[in-house]
Formats: sequence, structure tokens, C-alpha cells
Amino acid sequence: MFDTLKSRIYQGKQYIKDIENAPMREQFRGFPQLCANADTTCLEGVCPTGALNLNPLSIDMGKCTFCGACGRCSEAVKFTAGYKLASTCHEKLVVTPETTYEEYVKSAIETKGEIVKMFGHSLKLRQVSAAGCNGCEMELNACSNVNFDMGRFGIDFVASPRHADGIVITGPISENMAYALEDCYKSVPDPKIVILCGACAISGGVFQESTKLNREFLEKYPIDLYIPGCPVHPLTFINGVLGFIKGKNN
Amino acid sequence: MANWIKIKNNIKVDLGKIPIISKNNLREEVKNIGKRPIGFFGKDWGFGCVRLFIILADDSNSEFYLSSVVFSENDKSYESLTQDIPAFHIFEREFYEQFGIEPLNHPWLKPVRINQDKYPFFEMTGEEVHQVAVGPIHAGVIEPGHFRFMCNGESVYHLEIMLGYQHRGIEEMMIKNPSNQLAESINGDSVIAYNTAYSQTMEALKGIEISNKAQLIRKAALEMERIAIHIGDMGAIAGDIAYLMGASVFGATRTLVINTMLEICGSRFGRGLVTVGGVNYDIPDDVLNRALETLSKVAKDVDRMTNTMLKNSTVMSRLEKTGTVSTEKAAEIGLVGMAARASGVELDSRFDYPDKWMSELGFERKPFKGVGDVNSRFKLRYKEIKESISIVKKIFAKLKDYKDELIITEGVNNKLSSDSFVISVVEGWRGEIVHIAMTDINRKISKYKIKDPSFNNWYGLGLAVRNNGISDFPLCNKSFNLSYSGNDL
Ligand code: SF4
Ligand code: SF4
Repeated sequence: MFDTLKSRIYQGKQYIKDIENAPMREQFRGFPQLCANADTTCLEGVCPTGALNLNPLSIDMGKCTFCGACGRCSEAVKFTAGYKLASTCHEKLVVTPETTYEEYVKSAIETKGEIVKMFGHSLKLRQVSAAGCNGCEMELNACSNVNFDMGRFGIDFVASPRHADGIVITGPISENMAYALEDCYKSVPDPKIVILCGACAISGGVFQESTKLNREFLEKYPIDLYIPGCPVHPLTFINGVLGFIKGKNN
Repeated sequence: MANWIKIKNNIKVDLGKIPIISKNNLREEVKNIGKRPIGFFGKDWGFGCVRLFIILADDSNSEFYLSSVVFSENDKSYESLTQDIPAFHIFEREFYEQFGIEPLNHPWLKPVRINQDKYPFFEMTGEEVHQVAVGPIHAGVIEPGHFRFMCNGESVYHLEIMLGYQHRGIEEMMIKNPSNQLAESINGDSVIAYNTAYSQTMEALKGIEISNKAQLIRKAALEMERIAIHIGDMGAIAGDIAYLMGASVFGATRTLVINTMLEICGSRFGRGLVTVGGVNYDIPDDVLNRALETLSKVAKDVDRMTNTMLKNSTVMSRLEKTGTVSTEKAAEIGLVGMAARASGVELDSRFDYPDKWMSELGFERKPFKGVGDVNSRFKLRYKEIKESISIVKKIFAKLKDYKDELIITEGVNNKLSSDSFVISVVEGWRGEIVHIAMTDINRKISKYKIKDPSFNNWYGLGLAVRNNGISDFPLCNKSFNLSYSGNDL
């Protein structure tokens, strides 16, 4: 008992106070800043996901795994530590040399008033891993640890879809998970939201070419929020969801 | 020609050298060698034929026995090996599922990954007998799988685990379009281990050797992956017995380790670090020194929390004698890696198939007296964390000797050698990760086979929960922490 208390005191406070302005290590590969004038010949064929387009230069963050291969071989791509990557609009995920991080953050999330009213103070989510590799899943778990402590904003993962306001999908959606995913979605009471978390969920990521996927779900139902990453960093997830339910930008 | 050839880890052999034995002799041959299976898979061999490759691991001599059987088009069965050696059960099931060649008299011939149609669950009847079905979507944020408990009152008589939900067809994708990015996404909690195994197979086939510096950085990263996940798992075990202090402290301590990984390569899980030909990132001195400080703090914090926790009698009453797999059972069904060691079966490919650093840096196997319960799996993690921290520290010190070496070797763009076969085994935090690649005459990959330690170990979890209360299942499950994506690929 006393040992436990001592450990408690020794640990002190671990949570990140200001989650919206939390510092990020410079090595983190976040928002890609593109430069139109640099030589791009060496970029031919380096991108494993087709996220990188050379003519004209752009990166689709919905496909990008932030593997850094392009940035390592050319000046044209520079990964910044910018972690606020979420967007409510699929098209906006495509970054061009004109897009600056600041502008992106300002315009990426557009929320309707009713979302803010309904979910602004409390959002319960059911997570569905549909062939996720456990990378995104571990980072989503980390959102609730003592460092990130997402629960303090009223955002929680719940066990039953019946208790949820929406679902968070990770993974490229395998054929074998398609039924369970849809079943789970249908079990969530209306009104509900859908969040796609990670390159796999948004575009299939490195698994785009797999013949064992079934992504029909995404055509059938509306998607509310896209959160890029591979895996998604907890700060990206929390700020993305907060931006969405608070109506603030990211 | 002999009936078997001996091969070594990460060293390619000519496909033409692999012997073919008759299917009628297979059972006797395998029994005579008497080693555990590490690979058992088919490949289309043209004209409707299927060639079955069998790899047995001779762990005490750091070698593998390799042979094969060819099944002609109308040859659709053989006498199952599982009858004599239960460890083959899952391999034979997989072979049957993929090629329709039936192991006759297999005691438990069920699907491995095909789960959408009807699955023949084991059924029990009786007055207090009932079934509990869980999944594929579980209560927490976790990968999918279906568990079916056959219970007698509160206690579990048998657990059946139906997997396959995560199947992405990785082995096919590795033939068409292999890449480091794909390799590290197979199992996102073992990024370094998977990517190292893939890179080693490619390096062997390209005939390149990576620099000492790159070898050491990979090795340090592999141990850091082990440290981080083990700490996280200790936290998860604490969480499952509602010892929240442990969950919080281990969780925060794990963050320190993965953030160090981020400083090294830009990703908390080590993505982008390992590449065919070496590593993409060098470790600058300031990062290295900070990492050393962090690791010392981590060692201290883990010590402190573990000792506090283990002194607590309510904690011990939950961990001890829960979810036990005996040494005999573990060896018989072929458990591998951490789960095997916790049951007293000494299998650790770092020591069984050592690279040159193991002796050069003086890393020695330290035995662990495991009895196979949750407590053993908890304490083993603690032991391995401490060992890995000391390994990483030694590697970091050694790195200074190779300051001027390249991180990526020349020859990365070499073609693969034709008609070759290579096996690469890497000890991830769960256990042995096995990658096997074959090439054809056009120097292209013609077969890629992966075995995750979970493939062997899921059945162990099924055995562990027998005669335990069903409420202890989450705890047992966490103590194994097996991979769904690694099993389903
Ligand atoms: S970082 Fe993104 S855009 Fe660049 S190569 Fe990797 S996946 Fe392609
Ligand atoms: S996006 Fe990346 S980390 Fe997330 S599930 Fe896919 S491969 Fe894994």
C-alpha cells in the first residue's frame, strides 16, 4: 500500500497539459512541405503507395505512409513535425507545393453546428479494426494513457456500439471483416459519425493492391473525418477529433 | 542424394539441391530427424503438381533440415504427421486449406483463415454446459478474432479460436510487389523484427552484406521494440487485474522508449528505419546519449513498479497459477518464443541461431525458471526488459567503433540470384519470425512464406484457459498477447 503510494508520488503528473499546442520532436514525419523547384527525377518509383505524384508535384496524405523514402532522396519533399493532419474532406488531403501547414490546419476541418451541439462535450466511439496491423490500434490505445488522457475531453472508446456515437475504422477492410464492420455500424444508434484512421482505412495504404479487401462500406456510408498517418499519432487523432467536435480548426 | 540437406539462417541454397522424398516415407523421415517444424508449406509446381517443403529446426546446432515432397495432380492425401508430432497440427491445417491435400487421420482438421462459412466448432452437451461467443470485434481497441468458450458453469472446459478476419493476402503481395514498407505493415507491433527478416532474405538473395554499423543499429532497435512492448504488456496485465497504478506507470514508461525510437527514425514504432542494404538513419551522438539516459531511467522505473506490484498479495493471487501451460504441453504442441520460455522451454533464436555480435559483445542466455502461468509470463517480460536494456547499452557503446561506416551498403540494386531458397529467422518480442523466399529462373520471387510466432502459440492460449474461470480469460489473453494480423497475414 505505502509502496504503491510512493510510486504514485514519484510518478507525479504525466499528462500533456496543452494538447493543442503540445511540442513534437523534430524527427517526427508529419505534414510534408513540397518544393516545386527541386529536382524530382530521383523520385521516380520510390513511393510504395502511389501517394506521391510528380507531375504536378503532390502528396496524397490519405495514401501516404509517411515512410520518408521520398524525403530522403529529394529536396522536393520535406517532412515537418506538423501533426495536425486530420480533415473532413478527402480532397483536401492532397498537398501541393502551394499548401503551407498553417493554411492546411486552418481550412482542413469544417464542422456543422449540429455536430458541435451534439458531440461537442462528449463523444463515445466504437473502434473497429478491419485488418489493421495493430499499429494504429496501439496508437489509439495510447490516446487513453496517462500522457495523452483523451478522456478528459469527453472522448472515449466504448465496448458496445449501442453506447457509441460513431465508429473509428482502422485497417484496409479485409473481405473477412466487411460483414462485421457493417453490422457494427448498423448497431450504432443515429445520429452517428464515421472516422477513418490511418492510410489503410482512408485508401488501403500499402494494401491497395491486395485482392483480399472489400471496401464497399466506404461507398455506402458517409465519412465524416479522415485522419492520416501510418500509424496515426495520438496527437493527430486527438486534435483531429477535438477540432471536429468543437468546430475549431484542428 | 541424401534425403535432407542442412541449411543455415540467412544463407541461400540452390533450389536444385533440395531433395525430394516420397510421401510414403515422410512420416518416418520426420520422426527419425526428431526436430520441431519451423516451415511446412506448399508451392504450385506446374502441371497441377504441388511441392511441399518441410523445414525442421535443429536449435541446438543452429541448423535447419530441409526436404520436400512432390504431389502429382491426382495425389490428394498423405498420412498426417500430427498423429506422431502434435506440433505439426497447425502447419498441416494450413497446407490443407491452401492446397486441398488432406493429411489423413489429422485429429483436428479445421480451417485456419477461412472463416466466413460454417466453422465446425467443438460442441459439448450437458446440464450446466453453455457456450460464450466473443468477437470478431472485441470490447477494447484490438484486432479482430472470434473466441468460442465451452463452459461448465463458470469454468472454461475448452476454448476454440477462429481467426482469419485480418487476412490481407500478404504472401501473394510479397511476390508481386515486395517492399520494406509492406514488410513493416504486416504486423505493426513488430515492425523492426518483420522488416529485418524481410531485409535479410533480400540481402541473402542479392548477395550483399550490410555494414557493422547497420547491423548494430538494427539489433539495438530490435531490443528496443522488445523493451517497449514488454513494458506495455506488463501495464496491460496490471490493467486487467484492475491494478491501475501499474497500468498507468508502465504505460508512461513505455512512452519514453517509443519516443526514443521516434528520435532515432521519425516513427514511434521504428517505421522507416530498416531497409534492404542497411538502415535509413544513423544515430547522432546527442540522440544516442539521450537514449542512454532514458534507458537508465526506464530500467529504474520498471524495477520500482514491478517490485511494488509483486509485493502486493492481491496482485499475486491473480497472477499465480492462472492460465498455466505445463512444460510438457508447451513442448508437445510446439510453442515458441516468449510463451515457450515462460513454460520452461528454452527457445530463443537470438541464441539458437546467433549472429557474430552475440559472442563478440558477450551476450549469454540466462535461463528462466518458468512454470507457464500468467505470473511466469509477467516475470519473464521483466527479466527480458532488463537484459535488453543492457544489450542496447552495450551496442550503443560499440557503435562508436564504427563511426565512419556507411549505413547503407552498395549493391542494394543487385538482382536477386535465380533459383534460390533462403530462410531468415528473427526473434521478435513474441518469438521467432520466419521469412522464407524462393526465386525462379528469372530472378523474381516465386514464393514468399511467413510464419509468425502466434501461428504456433494461439493453440497454447486455448490450452491455458482450460479449467480457469472465464473471467480470467482477458488476463490470460493479455499475458500471451498474440498477433491476429501475424497469424492471418
Ligand atoms: S513518404 Fe509518403 S509520399 Fe513519400 S514515398 Fe513514402 S508513402 Fe510515398
Ligand atoms: S495505416 Fe499503417 S499503422 Fe495503421 S493499420 Fe495501416 S499499416 Fe498499420
